Amino acid sequence: MTTTAVPSKPWEKSSRDRVRDFSFFVLAIAFSYAFVGVTEMKGKLAYAFVFFVAYGVIVSVFSFITRGAPAAKDAFVKTLVALGAVITLMPIASIILTVIRRGLPGLKLNLFTQDMSLAAPTDPLNNGGLLHAITGTLTLVVLALVMSVPIGILTALYLTEIKGKFSGPIRFLVQAMSGVPSIVAGLFILSAVLYPITQSYSALMGALALTILMIPTVARTSEEVLQLIPNDLREAGTALGGTQWRTVAMIVVPAARSGLLTAVILGIARIAGETAPLLLLTGGGDKVNPNPFNGPVGSLPYYIWKSFNAGSPESLTRAWAGLLVLMLLVLILFIAARALSTRKVSK
Amino acid sequence: MSTNVIPSPREISTKPRRSDKVFRGIVTGGGLSSLVILGLITVFLAFRGFEVLREEGIGFITKAEWAITTDDAGNVAESQFGIAAMLVGTILCSLVAVVIALPISVFSALFLNFYAPQWLKKVLVTVIDLMAAFPSILFGVWGFLVLMPSVEYWAKLINKYLGWIPLFEVKPYFVTRSPFVAGVVLAIMIIPIITSVSREIFAQAPLDRIQAAFALGATRWAMIKAVVIPHGRSGVIGGAMLGLGRAMGETVAVYTVLNIVFQINWHVLLGAGGNVASLIIAKFGEASPYEIKALMAAGLVLFLLTLLVNALANLIVKTTGKSGR
Repeated sequence: MTTTAVPSKPWEKSSRDRVRDFSFFVLAIAFSYAFVGVTEMKGKLAYAFVFFVAYGVIVSVFSFITRGAPAAKDAFVKTLVALGAVITLMPIASIILTVIRRGLPGLKLNLFTQDMSLAAPTDPLNNGGLLHAITGTLTLVVLALVMSVPIGILTALYLTEIKGKFSGPIRFLVQAMSGVPSIVAGLFILSAVLYPITQSYSALMGALALTILMIPTVARTSEEVLQLIPNDLREAGTALGGTQWRTVAMIVVPAARSGLLTAVILGIARIAGETAPLLLLTGGGDKVNPNPFNGPVGSLPYYIWKSFNAGSPESLTRAWAGLLVLMLLVLILFIAARALSTRKVSK
Repeated sequence: MSTNVIPSPREISTKPRRSDKVFRGIVTGGGLSSLVILGLITVFLAFRGFEVLREEGIGFITKAEWAITTDDAGNVAESQFGIAAMLVGTILCSLVAVVIALPISVFSALFLNFYAPQWLKKVLVTVIDLMAAFPSILFGVWGFLVLMPSVEYWAKLINKYLGWIPLFEVKPYFVTRSPFVAGVVLAIMIIPIITSVSREIFAQAPLDRIQAAFALGATRWAMIKAVVIPHGRSGVIGGAMLGLGRAMGETVAVYTVLNIVFQINWHVLLGAGGNVASLIIAKFGEASPYEIKALMAAGLVLFLLTLLVNALANLIVKTTGKSGR
């Protein structure tokens, strides 16, 4: 008779350990309820805070008794670190839940078929919508895309393919450019283009400012993607007699296609909700404006801003509905970027 | 008899073809665009703001007054432009933000790298990256309508128990829309940035030393203290400065929650303050051409400030990444 050796895992938790951990958990919850009830603290956050402190203390005291001071410290830090992660996640959960809860009542069909030219933000919700804002945001994004994607990808190509003597400084400048405050980009277009040349609000002006904000995102992400393309591909292209131009255009860029698309999508997500430069440059019209080169144009952030500042309950619902649409847009873009970037290099 | 014609040998050269020259030219041109844009921003803002900067001199950044009087014809009779109050507000709000965000981000980065199971790590990293992509107006509106009441409650608690520290003094008692509230909103906005920079730096901690620490019987915290923190310290500082730069330039989120007052205010909990970016939004609507020039000068100051902070931050992060081992 043969016996098969079964590997034992002595480090795994036994059922006794699990019961013990769970009882600590329950104990900490009970303590937090009692503590908050007795003292004059109030609110859900107080419960959460006391719970974490109590749990940390209980666990570390237990570790101290059974395994000594280093284990106690370790257990306490473990609680602290988990607390950090929870605090990081709390705002995002709150933001998403609030926007959905308050935005859904304002999400009516006429929102997508009407603009605000015949309605004030304080009107009832079945009058007026954000058609002008959606078309405006689309116009702005497309214009910014057309200008920033070539520049961003060329910058990335310079950093990865040419590797000229300016590579270091340019990488540094692109990093610095990603920190340019959006309002400064707006002021720059205002002083350099709007006042001296066009002298009128238009979608193009807003798109120029958005371009400045989008270039660094596109350039940095594309650079990372292009770095990942194996050098063998470039060498194979050269060995077959291709010039550098043909190698890059026919081999490197197609191989990095999905990654470059990710870069573009992340760039769009970066600028879709940008508000400050649009307040300076687009004029925020209430009507659908088919001409992107002249006349004020609305956009989602501007619509939210206007409704938010109007201050009545109806207009606040409008603002939340606008935020919901904007958030969904960013969410969809983000998920698309994720899905593309996890895919293998396209064939 | 056939004539044996030898074809002339192919010319071999290492000189790039014309197509390559054109290609390299275009790519280099595109690559230099960031330099050109940053240069143009400086030049144009300085050009527009020059008049005001010359008029006010050093007072532009040391005085806390913003007043303009025009005569009946609409000409500027007298003007006082000083952004000291706004500069102080900018620094105060962003420092509050970094002080709150730094420990939280470092803890959550440690959690992600060394405590969380793999599947949880993947989910959390995605969610935190998503949060970094959320537009600032979302944080602004949410901060004003949802977060502000609780933060004011915390502010009152801090004032009640720590009010004897000059920083937390509130006189007269007015805690609504204070720099503290703006700081908390900004902290929430920069936590994802600092977390992801710290996470990347911590992930570069040398594996052999981590394993050596465990082999010597270290607990997880002892290992972190001995290996990860010395390795990542300066990188985390760099990440914090990136967050600081972001917080300094933030416009909409600050404008919605902050009570903008032209008064130099170092008291975190007192409801008065401002920042340079929100000044520009606040004054732009009804500004006269001359005042616009002053706003351009303010924009120039803000631009140079954030550029400086960002450059320093990138330098720190880069040098840590290189001296990884």
